[in-house]
This record gives sequence, C-alpha cells and structure tokens, in this order.
Amino acid sequence: MTVIFDGLAAGMLLFLISVGLSVTMGLMNFVNLAHGAFAMLGGYTCAVLLSRFAVPFLLAAPLAAATTAIAGVILERVLYRRLYAASHLDQILFSIGLIFMAISMAHYFFGAGQQPIVLPDFLRGQINLPGLDIGVYRLFLIAVGLCLAFGLQWMVSRTSFGAKLRAAVDNPRVARGLGINVDRIFTLTFALGSALAGLGGALGIEMLGLDPGFPIKYIVYFLIVVAVGGSGNIKGSLIASLLLGVLDVAGKYYLPQAGAFVIYAVMVVMLIVKPQGLFGRTAAK
Amino acid sequence: MRLIKNFTLATVALGVALAVQAAEPLKIGLVLTMTGPFASYGKQVEHGIQLYLAKNGNTIAGRKVELIIKDDAPGTAGDVSKRLAQELVVKDNVDILAGFVLTPSAFAVAPVATEAKRPMIVLNAATSAITTKSDYIVRTSMTLPQVTAPLASWAAKSGIKKVFTVVADYGPGHDAEGQFKKTFTAAGGQIVGEVRVPVRNPDFAPYLQKVKDTKPDAVFIFVPAGEAGIAFMKGFQEKGLAKAGIKVIATGDLLDEDVLDAIGDPALGVISSFHYSEAHNSPENKAFTAAYAKAYPKDRPNFMAVAGYDGMHLIAEVLKKTGGDAEADKFIAAARGMKWTSPRGPISIDPVTRDIVQTVYIRKVTKIAGKLQNVEFDRVADFKDPGKQ
Amino acid sequence: MGQLDLSPLRRASSWQVAEFVFWLLPIVAYFLFPKSLALLSQIAIMALFALSLDLILGYAGIVSLGHAAFFGLGAYAAGLLAKYGCGEPLPGLLAAALFAGAAGFVSSFLVLRGTDLTRLMVTLGVSMMLYEAANKLTDFTGGIDGLQGVAMKPVLGHFNFDLYSKTAYWYSLAVLFVMFWLARRLVHSPFGLSLRGIKQNVKRMPAIGAPVHGRLVLIYTIGAAYAGVAGALLTQTTQFVSLDVMSFSRSAELLLILVLGGAGTLYGALIGTVVFMVAHYFLSDFNPQYWQFWLGAALVLIVLFARDGIMGMILRLSASVAKKP
Repeated sequence: MTVIFDGLAAGMLLFLISVGLSVTMGLMNFVNLAHGAFAMLGGYTCAVLLSRFAVPFLLAAPLAAATTAIAGVILERVLYRRLYAASHLDQILFSIGLIFMAISMAHYFFGAGQQPIVLPDFLRGQINLPGLDIGVYRLFLIAVGLCLAFGLQWMVSRTSFGAKLRAAVDNPRVARGLGINVDRIFTLTFALGSALAGLGGALGIEMLGLDPGFPIKYIVYFLIVVAVGGSGNIKGSLIASLLLGVLDVAGKYYLPQAGAFVIYAVMVVMLIVKPQGLFGRTAAK
Repeated sequence: MRLIKNFTLATVALGVALAVQAAEPLKIGLVLTMTGPFASYGKQVEHGIQLYLAKNGNTIAGRKVELIIKDDAPGTAGDVSKRLAQELVVKDNVDILAGFVLTPSAFAVAPVATEAKRPMIVLNAATSAITTKSDYIVRTSMTLPQVTAPLASWAAKSGIKKVFTVVADYGPGHDAEGQFKKTFTAAGGQIVGEVRVPVRNPDFAPYLQKVKDTKPDAVFIFVPAGEAGIAFMKGFQEKGLAKAGIKVIATGDLLDEDVLDAIGDPALGVISSFHYSEAHNSPENKAFTAAYAKAYPKDRPNFMAVAGYDGMHLIAEVLKKTGGDAEADKFIAAARGMKWTSPRGPISIDPVTRDIVQTVYIRKVTKIAGKLQNVEFDRVADFKDPGKQ
Repeated sequence: MGQLDLSPLRRASSWQVAEFVFWLLPIVAYFLFPKSLALLSQIAIMALFALSLDLILGYAGIVSLGHAAFFGLGAYAAGLLAKYGCGEPLPGLLAAALFAGAAGFVSSFLVLRGTDLTRLMVTLGVSMMLYEAANKLTDFTGGIDGLQGVAMKPVLGHFNFDLYSKTAYWYSLAVLFVMFWLARRLVHSPFGLSLRGIKQNVKRMPAIGAPVHGRLVLIYTIGAAYAGVAGALLTQTTQFVSLDVMSFSRSAELLLILVLGGAGTLYGALIGTVVFMVAHYFLSDFNPQYWQFWLGAALVLIVLFARDGIMGMILRLSASVAKKP
C-alpha cells in the first residue's frame, strides 16, 4: 500500500536526520538539542552548492555532510568539550543558545524565506506499480537510509574504531589506561554525528523545506526518535523512526482529525510503558 | 480701535494656533510582525507603506508623517500586540493605529482602539469578524470568505462537479472551508471529501494520497501564504495528481508572489481566486510594481504590500477630507464609502461594515517574460465580504 | 541527646533587609514609569510564571520543556469562566489554580518516570498534545485567533481594567507578592528542605525516611497551580487568550529566564524576568534579528561561565563582600 511506503520513506528521512543525534547523545551522553542547527547547516551548504556552483546533487549532499562534520569538529573542540561532565540541563540550555545563534545567522545570510532546490531529473517523479505508487525520491531516501543504517551498525560492532568507541563510552578511565585516545574518539564521533545531521538536512530539503526556523521546527521529531529508540542504539533509532513514520503517515491518512496528535500520543505512550525507550541503552556513567 | 486690535490679535492667535496644529506631526503607530515565522508578512506590509510615502511625499494634509513601528513577534501573541498598542497610545501618543498582520493581534487590540478612541486600520488580518470588534476599525486587506466564494461559484460554473477540500486547521482555514462548501454546494456542486491539515505540516503526502484515491475533479486548497504552499505543490507534483486528472483550485495565498518562484513550474496552470496579482493590467499597478522593483529589487510585490500601500492612501485621503484632523469619529465618518483605484483595481470601504469591498479575480498561473505570474481572466466586481452578509 | 540547632535555618528563613528593599522597587516603579505599566504588569505575570518553574526545577530538579501547558490551562480556565458567566477576577484565579493544579497532579504520574531526557520529552509531548487538542476544539477555545467575549468585571468590585494598565499592574503585583510569600514559606519549611535533599541526592532520601515520589508529585502540582494562576492573570489583564499561551516558545523562553536569573533562589526567577523582558523590550526596537543572536550567545556564556545566573553572581559577590574584615 502506498501509505505504508510513504510512511517508511518519512520514517527513513526521520532516521537520517536523527541518527546523528542518537550517536552523540547515546555514545557521548550529551544532549545536543542543536542537532537541528547542524542539519540546517548541511541543508544550506547543499542548497548553495546546487544553486550557486551547479554541483550535481549526488555530490553536493556528501559535500554538505563533510562541511558539517568540519564545523562539528571545531565546535566540539572549542565549546562542547567543556560540558561533557555537565548536567543534562546545562547541555540542553547550552544547545538552545547555539540554536538561537544559528537561526539568527541563517536569517542574516539567507533571509527568512524558503531555499528552493531543484532535484536532478532521475530523482523526480513516480514509478507506478499496480496498487502502489512509488515516489522516486522516497525510494532513494529509503535506499540511502538502509545503507547508512547497516554501515553504522557494522562500524560500531565490527570495526576497531567501534570497539574503541564502546570502550571509551563504557569507562573512559580504563579506556585511557589501555592507550585509547578518548578525546580523539569523542571528537571523531561528534564529527560523525554532525556529518549525519548535515546529510540528513541536505536530503531533507526536498520534503521538509529549508528556512532559518528549521532547527526549532523539527527539534521535537528528532528528540522523539531518540527518546523512543533509545539513545546510542542505531538499530533502535531505525526501528523507532520507521514506526513513527508509518504511524504518523497512516494516522494522517486514516484519521485526519487526529492530525499531528498521533505522533505525540505515540511518544508519550511509549515513554510511559518503557521509560528507557524501546531498546534503551544509555551509556553507563 | 480697541475692537480692531482685539480682533486682529484674536485672528493672529487663531492663525498661529491653527498653524501650530497643522504643523503637528501625524503619528501613525504600526503594530507589525517583523521577526519570527511571519516576518515576511510584516516586511511586505511595511514595504507597501514606505512605498506610498516615498511616492507621495512624507506630508499628509500639511502634517509630517511619523511612523512608529513596533514588532509584535511572534504575531500570534495577542497579549504582546495589546501591550504594544497601549504603549503607542499612552506613551507615543499616536493619532492612528495600523498594521495587524494576524487575526489574534487585531482581536486583542480592538478594545484599545475603542477605549482610546483612535482609528485602527487593519492591513492584513483576514478574519471576517475583525471589523465588528470596534467601531473604529477599517480594513484595507481582505477576508477569506470574500476571496473564496467567487472561486466556488466559478468552479461550479466551469464544469467542476466534485471537489475535495484541504485546508489548514485553524480559524482562517475553517472560514475558507465553510465558505467554499456553502457556495459550491448551493451552486450544485458536490464535496466528496474534506480534510484539515495541521498548520505546521511539512509533508502533504498522506493527504494528497487520500485525495488521489477519492478521485475528485479538483482539490480546493487553503494554506497560509508561504512555505505550506510550496510543500503542497511539491507533494501535488510528486504524487502525480495532475496526471490523474485532478485540478488544483485555491485562494491566492497558495501562489503568493513571495513564494511563487520557489514553487516553480509545477505552479503553471493552477487556478486561484484573489484580490491582487502582480500581473494586474492597469496603469496604477504598472506604476506600483515599477516603483516596488526599484525600491526592493530582491522581493516581489504581493497582496500584503498592496494592503499597506492602500492603507496609507486611505489615511491620506481621509485626512485631506477632514483637513488634517485624525480624531476617531471624524476619521471613520470620512472613511465610510470612500472609493478609489488601487493598484489591485477599484476598491471602496463599505459604509456600513467599514470593511473592504473589492474585485475578486479568477487567475491562472502563466509564464510572462520568463516570470511566473497570476494572470487574471475572470472577475467578480465590488464583492463584499459574505461573512457578514 | 541535645536539641537540634535550628538557628541557621531560622536565619535563612527570616526576611533580609535586601528583600524589603527589593519589594519596594515595584512600588517606586509605578511612580517612575506611569506610562509603561502595561509592560510592568506583564513582567509581574511572567515573574510569577518563572517562580512556578523555579519551584519544580530549581528546588526539586524536575526538568520541564512544557510548563506552558499549565500556564495555558489556567489562562483558558479564567477566560472561559469570564466568557460564560463569572467575570469576577478572583474566582477566576482560583478556578485556574484548581484546574491547572489538577492537570499537574494527573500528568505528574507520567512525568516523574524515567530519566531527565524522558522527562524532557514527556513534558514536551504532553504540552504539544494539549496545544493540538485546544486547536482541534477551536470552536470552543477560539483557537489561534483567540477567545472572544472575555469581559472582566472590576477587581474587588471597584477597580476597572483601564487603558493605562494601572489596575492590571497593582492586581498582578499583589497576586505575585502573595504567591511569592507563600512559596518562600514553602521552600523554608521542612517540605521545602526535603525537596532540596531530593534534588541533591535522590537515592539517599528514602534512607533517611523521606518519601520521594509523593513529595515530587506535590511540588509538581503546586508548580502547575502557580503557572495556572499566572496564565489566568494574563487573560484577565488583557481580556484575551489564544492558543499562543500554550506554545512551545513560551516554555522555552521561561527556561531561559530562569537560567538567566539563577534557579533555586526564588529571587533569581524574579530578577531573571525583569532583566530578560526589559532587555528584550529595548533591543527589539533596535534590531530584532540581533536580539535573538545575543540571547543565544548570552545563554551559551552563562552556561559555560556563570552557571548560577545573575542571582548566583549576586550571592557570590555579597558573600565575598561579607568576608572582608
């Protein structure tokens, strides 16, 4: 059914944007509400590359991710690093401050309006199968999302970087004792999370639009995914995103009177039933 | 001898007093949303106001115009708008209150206008009931029912029999939905489905899928001017509704000149009803759009800019009539029934309701000189707000 | 076993000279700024709202991103009461406190589960659901456009709400003072002290015989009721209420104000409100866009370098002054 497909695609986009937050939040125990600002940075970078430098979309999106990663590294070294030991509330307030600054800067450089982008032809249109209409861009999103999900999961559980990361998160002291450069690992992880945000932002322009208000408009959605999926849990984020995407889209199709209500209700119910999230796993402190 | 001297003295005194009074600046307090999600609305209204003053000079009826602009961001907080209006009256001593980008702002300030006895000119807010909230309110923008009803009549006339309505889920959306249903069904049409979408809604896919599955002749859409329009049109194109033979009919908010370029070619052929189009063919509009392009090259003139422009025109003409006296009762009395030709076409202020009476056009999006424009091909002249009939 | 020495607690709970001076300021302000009373009334109302968050966040450590829900419920309670019959201001306040408090009580069972992050999300989720619900009921609540027909009778049968906001000012200030006085007594009471214990070390509290959950439910309910009264004050003094009172930005702005002023001191909430709203008022006239940027930068700097806000700085300053021989 097309509704399920649309829901999966919506969920996949949600995953793409939120997985970076799950990574930083779960693996580094840092509540970075400014995640949306990184996504916005990725979005604007991609839009500028597309419109002003005529870079093809499939190149612009990864470049946007890379740019955001660099920004992430700089911010991590200069600012975020100081707050790793701070309380969650402090981290929240700090990131809200960053959001405000990001919104103002976006408004200053790009104006208040929407950034229009034009997708390449091969990503537009529909494939019409009997009983199922597949939007090409949505299919693309699903493909990218799945690749990313598997890639990340493989990286965390199979590579030595992943092993070092898990060690550093579980017990930084002992990890240092084993010769693991915890600071560098955290910086790299933050860069990864930022890159994912940037990519999500770039890929999301087509479906979510892009304007200076982006970080605040969608903050609720990525927080929902992380809270429900359990922070740090990539598989959990994927399943939570897909579930939320399908429920949101199906809700709007079958029960339009409920509208936006559904997604919040689902979140609250899930958190009551399982306060640690569906697959909760917060880093041990 | 004494009599002549006294008489002369009195005349001179009176003359000085009048001169002093005439020289008193005309303070206009503008409550506009200049930042936040509705910043572009306030910006356009301000453009229109400044454009009028630039074109016609900064003096009205011998009084120098002083604009005091207060930002009532986010625009939906009536308590903020009310406080700003109070300050404009009590502290800045304005003669006239104007602006009001969104309905809550207008509703909250109406009692201030009444209690402080100041004329209140509504330059954007579009809910019907606004002008009933104070005897000192005059509106130069539009109302939703006013621009929706002609579209419904036109649709029924043009062989569109089944319509699915999609509106944003808030006051103006409910207004538009109600008016469309009323007029369309009265003209023999059938509403095959209706849905209200959340105001902050990035993805119209599920709703458009429902529309597609229901197979109407057309979908009537109302969303607030801005990004929602872009999202809807994108979704419309992606879902291939046009290929499935479903037309889009909308109020002009969807195709606001501010976002028309961002929507791009998918907008071609879409039919809408509205009171202003940049492509309106009249000498007044040509002059207006030329001046606008010069003053604000990065933006396009839209209905909010015109409302600001006409609001200033109203103030200027009224004050000419009253000899510079902006006292509320005199102002309103002079404003009633005032007629003039605006860049949008001929308009007038209804003498009974103090609301705007104007021509509503049916337009189609066409490319002219490489630019997307709403080209008018039909009209309903001197249309009053049906919400109050 | 000797008697417990309670004198430091008694000293802390008795009124300082600085406090008396502080409460004289609003009275002086009335005479100094007679044309800005509309702004001053809204500062007083916001201060009460900030106070309500301080009770749950500053004293009990409950992180909430959705406190505006209770503000909104109180605002609507007062508005609907006035519209449908009783335009008397004081019963409106009572109704708002009861209604918002009840909502706080019910939602406390959702909110007090899980970690800080869960709490954050649940408070946010609940407040957004309430917002959407109120929007669905636009025919009843007036939705985004606002509730029509809120007509207030004069306060105490005498004082009409006027254009200069004189009545609004004294009314809001009086309510603020009374509620503040009550809150002050509360935080210096044994209950208040147990809250501080909970905030500092929640695991230890049951070991000394202090039940945690019940106390948190109680303070959350009280905090909700306080927020409801603030909301009601806003509706009554402006004779207007719309969906905006429940918006996320009200909750977020409140959090900022409390951090700016310094949580956990009651006065921090008041000072933070005054500083924030006055700064906003002046800066938004200059260039509204810059306002948001500097606000963000200020927040970042406060969190990094001046964590306990303005009150924190004041207390440290006065402590170092007191130390000088």
